[in-house]
Amino acid sequence: MTRRFILGTIAHRLAILAYVAVALFPLYWLLKVSVTPNDLLYSEGVRMWPSRTSFEHYAFVLEHSDFPKFFKNSVIVSASTAFIVTILASLAGYALSRFAFRGKYWIVVLMLLTQMFPLVMLVAPIFKMLAPLGLTNSLTGLVVVYVAFNVPFATFLMQSFFDGIPKDLEEAAMIDGATRFRAFRQIILPLTLPGIAATLGFVFTAAWSELLFALMLISGVDASTFPVGLLTFVSKFSVDFGQMMAAGVMALIPACLFFLLIQRYLVQGLTAGAVKG
Amino acid sequence: MGRIHDQGPAEVHEEVTTASLTATRRSTPVLRRLAVASEPYLYSAPAVILIAAVMLVPLALGFSYAFRDVKLLDPFSGGFVGLDHFRELMGDKTFFRALKNTVFWAGASVVLQFSFGLILALLLDRPFRGRAIAQALVFLPWAVPSFLSGLNWAWMFNPVIGPIPHWLFALGLADAPDNILSDPHNAMWGPIIANVWWGIPFFAITLLAALQAIPRDLYEAASIDGANAFQRFRSITLPFLAPTIAITILLRTVWIANFADLIVVMTNGGPADRTQIVASYIFTQAFRRLDFGYASAIAVVLLILLMAYALLIVLLRQSLLKRA
Amino acid sequence: MASIDIAAIHKSYGSIPVLHGVDLTIRDGEFVVLVGPSGCGKSTLLRMIAGLEEISAGEIHIGGVCVNDLQPKDRDIAMVFQSYALYPHMSVADNMSYSLRLRRAAKEVIAGKIATAATTLGLENLLQRRPRALSGGQRQRVAMGRAIVRAPKAFLFDEPLSNLDARLREQMRGEIKRLHLRLGATSIYVTHDQIEAMTLADRIVAMNAGLVQQVGSPLDLYARPANLFVAGFIGSPAMNMFEGTYRAHGAGFAVITKDGAAIPLGRAYPCEDGTSVTVGIRPEHVAISSAGGVAAPVDLVEPTGFGTILHLRAFGTDLKAFTLERQTVRVGENLPVALPPERLHLFDAQGIRLG
Repeated sequence: MTRRFILGTIAHRLAILAYVAVALFPLYWLLKVSVTPNDLLYSEGVRMWPSRTSFEHYAFVLEHSDFPKFFKNSVIVSASTAFIVTILASLAGYALSRFAFRGKYWIVVLMLLTQMFPLVMLVAPIFKMLAPLGLTNSLTGLVVVYVAFNVPFATFLMQSFFDGIPKDLEEAAMIDGATRFRAFRQIILPLTLPGIAATLGFVFTAAWSELLFALMLISGVDASTFPVGLLTFVSKFSVDFGQMMAAGVMALIPACLFFLLIQRYLVQGLTAGAVKG
Repeated sequence: MGRIHDQGPAEVHEEVTTASLTATRRSTPVLRRLAVASEPYLYSAPAVILIAAVMLVPLALGFSYAFRDVKLLDPFSGGFVGLDHFRELMGDKTFFRALKNTVFWAGASVVLQFSFGLILALLLDRPFRGRAIAQALVFLPWAVPSFLSGLNWAWMFNPVIGPIPHWLFALGLADAPDNILSDPHNAMWGPIIANVWWGIPFFAITLLAALQAIPRDLYEAASIDGANAFQRFRSITLPFLAPTIAITILLRTVWIANFADLIVVMTNGGPADRTQIVASYIFTQAFRRLDFGYASAIAVVLLILLMAYALLIVLLRQSLLKRA
Repeated sequence: MASIDIAAIHKSYGSIPVLHGVDLTIRDGEFVVLVGPSGCGKSTLLRMIAGLEEISAGEIHIGGVCVNDLQPKDRDIAMVFQSYALYPHMSVADNMSYSLRLRRAAKEVIAGKIATAATTLGLENLLQRRPRALSGGQRQRVAMGRAIVRAPKAFLFDEPLSNLDARLREQMRGEIKRLHLRLGATSIYVTHDQIEAMTLADRIVAMNAGLVQQVGSPLDLYARPANLFVAGFIGSPAMNMFEGTYRAHGAGFAVITKDGAAIPLGRAYPCEDGTSVTVGIRPEHVAISSAGGVAAPVDLVEPTGFGTILHLRAFGTDLKAFTLERQTVRVGENLPVALPPERLHLFDAQGIRLG
């Protein structure tokens, strides 16, 4: 029995190790090439680690390319989107959690439907709608579009967090002398900080990774977000792998940071969605 | 005591100053009732209006484009062409190949993501030393932006800079260390593998959450009754997981079928449109050829197919519920 | 402090009526308990007084002012919730001072009122703690403290003791009553527990199925229940009830049970000979004596320490008797049982009290 237990445990650990290796290897490779100096790039192509490391690619990308601008644009767009979505989703999620009203069914249906159909269908019409408004090739236009795309999921997320807070807290506050909105702001919102953090994280990551609409709506270098910038870089300079990989590593940093912060809540939130005060 | 006027969404404030004890049969007055009834709408209005403006309006617009000639570069386009686009679509070989590819792409991706995700979830279900770190590391691919995942794998498939062609050659699986993405017969596997790598965490997280919701004492009771690990899996885990599995797979399949990012990034639909799926075909028509009309026509067909799929699921669910 | 007038109150959720017309006047300083089973509408009525539910029809006046169109925050009432509803992210002191801070009261005023309330409730050492660091009883006292600090026109209690265990409930009951004696505040208290109702109330409002069944002092409801519902709801163990026919019998009247036994009545009742009636008698009034009783076999003996509940079979029905005397009787033995006529309650076929 003990031997089987040990064998089972070893097999289990090996399997986990295999998964970790597969999960990390592409990222490791990215890192590896990004620190391989240009002269060793092709000769040492398949080695696990270069004989000499250098940060020349990072230096180049940071100083001589437009990547800092792309990075900045992405941060602006993603942060703005996350912030605005959280506000809208908190309000709407609160409404769905607390009130029973006739329009509720239709609002839920609307939000579910938007999660279902392929957004790529809207690429052409949205372009044509935003063009006369001057919102193509602008970060503002992107933010408007991204906010609309992310609000439904964020609303459901916030709703589940609100559901975990007892209703009589607002009622006590209203009897104490607060309007419902004040009770919402002063009593309920502070109790959903984990939910707000999770929503901010999710939306930031989603906006950071969005490619197709950015590609479609942004044509100029000045307004390019990171994905667009990276792709144009790739197609123009398809030989400078070292630099591209360095840029790729830098693209990872915000996303991974946010993810590590919120990954605790993912399983927890999916299982329960309840916040105990 | 002072009165506070806080400008919230529902701020209609009525005060009755006359004291009257005549018990007339009246209820809360209309204005206040209106204020209370409109509260939920005021809270949800900003979100709903934005969604309607940015998603519903273009949907309707796109629908109309399918019947018009809309080319971005042609200032004289915009005229009504009826079913011309659809006729063109019926004869479009790329479109039909895209349909086939969509099925293959979605099928292979979902099967692989689900299987590996389930195994991972089962591995993570029981606590062990280092589980927290292992969990964080193993879920990391999900944090990687999809376009980067695509580029990353594209580079790894590239014999110039990546290890995979050389390993495949060394293992005897390939005749020469070529880029799989340039091979018309196998190019589809490139994005699929990238998709699987990126998508395993989602399934693993969802299934793990479902697994952890299963009450432990069921397993203990089964152990006492004499069931081994496999029997416990079959009689407890699977039935409990079944609803989650069903919903997740159904929804995820649709989502993956329409997930065009990886294909656009890794192959652009090539070589020679051989890796196009319907969603990426729409995108390339709109983005590269700037033919909004044709792209919208393809989108309409896609929407019809999606509705048929949704209908199928609803009918399936009805019949399953009837049987249960 | 103020009086509360409830006039012709109806409440429907959509097309489902929940309250069918409630009229009630609560005097200034009175402690009124709304009691009844789940779903009878007592909580709904309380919440309508608080402003947390819309009024479908009728009027509510607090202190002479019609409050139908006032938001909860403008009605000047305080409420103690079943789940305490303490703000988890605030200290006890902040919880209690929230309402005052909303009204922008001066800091010294706030501090003074909190100190007074804390002393009254024994919370002086807990002021800086968070709710999660408090026991159930302490939380309930903080909830009451929050209400006291406001010095409102009326206190509303929504089943505040239901979440506490039995021992704590007893203790808190006493504290609530002592608090009421001290503050003399108009209070409306909702509970499903008839013991709480009996011990706390100046007047009890018994409710069932959206209607007021009886309003009166606790002893009124105990001694002269207006209908079968009140008779069966008040008093524990519950009143014995069985059916029979009212007939002239010998020199007076009696109720003839189904198996023909005659239960003598002490006087005439306002109903006709031959009417179907329900007879009620409280277990504590069933006489277990050696003189002139019917021999009844014992089914079950439940000693409570304080007294004994005996389950008997007599007059063609199951009868419960409660006696303070020590009982050595065993199951199967017989006991002489008599029903003193002055302790009988008669109800007609609709369940309304006769005489």
